[in-house]
Amino acid sequence: MNITTENTEAPPPAPQPSAAEQKRASRGATRAGDRIFLGLSRGSGIFLLVIMAAIAVFLTYRASLAISKDHGNFLTTFEWDTNVVPPVFGIAVLAFGTVVSSIIAMAIAVPVAVGIALFITHYAPRKLGTPIAYVIDLLAAVPSIVYGLWGALVLVPHMQGVFGWLNDYFGWTGIFSWQGGAPRALLTVGVLLAIMILPIITNVSREVFRQVPQMHEEAALALGATRWEVIRTAVLPFGRSGVISASMLGLGRALGETMAVATVLSPTFDIQASLLDPGGGTFAQNIASKFGEATDQGRDALIASGLVLFVITLLVNGAARMIIARRKEYSGANA
Amino acid sequence: MAKRIDVSGLTAYYGSHKAIEDISMTVEPRSVTAFIGPSGCGKSTFLRTLNRMHEVTPGGRVEGKVLLDDEDLYGTGIDPVAVRREVGMVFQRPNPFPTMSIFDNVAAGLRLNGNYKKSALNDIVEKSLKGANLWNEVKDRLNKPGSGLSGGQQQRLCIARAIAVEPKVLLMDEPCSALDPISTLAIEDLIGELKERFTIVIVTHNMQQAARVSDRTAFFNLAAVGQPGRLIEIDDTERIFSNPSVQATEDYISGRFG
Repeated sequence: MNITTENTEAPPPAPQPSAAEQKRASRGATRAGDRIFLGLSRGSGIFLLVIMAAIAVFLTYRASLAISKDHGNFLTTFEWDTNVVPPVFGIAVLAFGTVVSSIIAMAIAVPVAVGIALFITHYAPRKLGTPIAYVIDLLAAVPSIVYGLWGALVLVPHMQGVFGWLNDYFGWTGIFSWQGGAPRALLTVGVLLAIMILPIITNVSREVFRQVPQMHEEAALALGATRWEVIRTAVLPFGRSGVISASMLGLGRALGETMAVATVLSPTFDIQASLLDPGGGTFAQNIASKFGEATDQGRDALIASGLVLFVITLLVNGAARMIIARRKEYSGANA
Repeated sequence: MAKRIDVSGLTAYYGSHKAIEDISMTVEPRSVTAFIGPSGCGKSTFLRTLNRMHEVTPGGRVEGKVLLDDEDLYGTGIDPVAVRREVGMVFQRPNPFPTMSIFDNVAAGLRLNGNYKKSALNDIVEKSLKGANLWNEVKDRLNKPGSGLSGGQQQRLCIARAIAVEPKVLLMDEPCSALDPISTLAIEDLIGELKERFTIVIVTHNMQQAARVSDRTAFFNLAAVGQPGRLIEIDDTERIFSNPSVQATEDYISGRFG
């Protein structure tokens, strides 16, 4: 039994805090360092809440000024004329454009991003996965105006063929019919947004999939699961809430994207029945293109539209949290 | 249903490191065989070569033959996925799928293997949970998550999941090492019942456990750290614990080790 003798020296006993010290520690920090750190972290938290409240108050105040003067219906008017007295404006077109282009972007980006993340973590050999992950990271660092320029100069001309194909095969649905105008339409915006939000969804999903415990994957393997079945039974369910969070981050970017949309879209203030017809607009694009030359009254109106975007974002995030919370006991956090 | 395992000249590697060398043994159907030996001697590695889980580890590869009845698991054209459907496994730490209910956990393997009618699935799940001595504890909460059970219950759930697909062989890699003594006893009783239907191989660090549950015991050892593990001897459990033929086995069993 000589192997154990080397390691039997007991470590020096840790200093035991007295009962009084323990009591104080549990009540709150008493040492200077702890007090300063507590103050700093609590201060930052409060500061953040104050800023949020200030933004909300500012938006609501200026928006209420504008809405009270609005001669149209703020929610349903298809018009944005703020330089006449009384002004007539409504957010229907903007809400439609924003939501539709973001839905298109999500529909394209989420499956592709999940696919890339699974490939990097579960299919690709390490030598291939690492450079791919690096390139995807680089995509996230490209400024949005560059995406906008690329979209206007490269993507738009190339969408011509896609639009023609969609019109040929799915034109009968109405939403994919095309009159042959320049493809500066919501679908093109959606595709561009999809490319822009792909990196963030991929990166977050990748990290989530990487954290799937080995023992869950082995459990599936030992039951005779193929690689895809391992992913279906162990990886995807475990990563589900993470992928939803990742998608919400991407959606947040898509909803608020300004320059790229403004560069690609040819905005009009109406709702097109077809996703391929040029026209429409989004909240952020509309604010960016009109803010510079707007009167005070016009700016208030734009701020009112910003408030709506703010509310939409909050609602989407709340919905996502509800989806995650509903399956909380299955999340695997306790395993 | 249970099948005989016949291993000859089996060597396993992790990359260039040889983990176990030249192991040959026979495991009879409807018996319990225990693997004992010091940490790092390759018991678990050897166990994982028996259902081709070893090659899942990056760099893992195997030379030699493992016959299940007359079929070589490492023969050309043999699908490792098919092997694992024949040879089930229970792991050291209970690992029910955290996102699934108790019912779905047991049904998971069946759903991978094909389509079952709802009623057939219900029957098999009930039978498997009864087989794992867990039915009475969970029958009222089959739709609750498996991760809400105690550690011992989770391990029995994993056993139910493994036997639901009717494997020929059941491998257990230190199934009780994360459990309290009462849960351990429950699993040991269960092993005694399961050996009526399956060929069971169990790795354990607990020699009393090996003595209690197994019919045959194999002792593994390694010459030095970094050397490959070898099978020192395999014999009837009674004989290994009373009168082993190799001195090293007796030293290990009686604690005069190292």
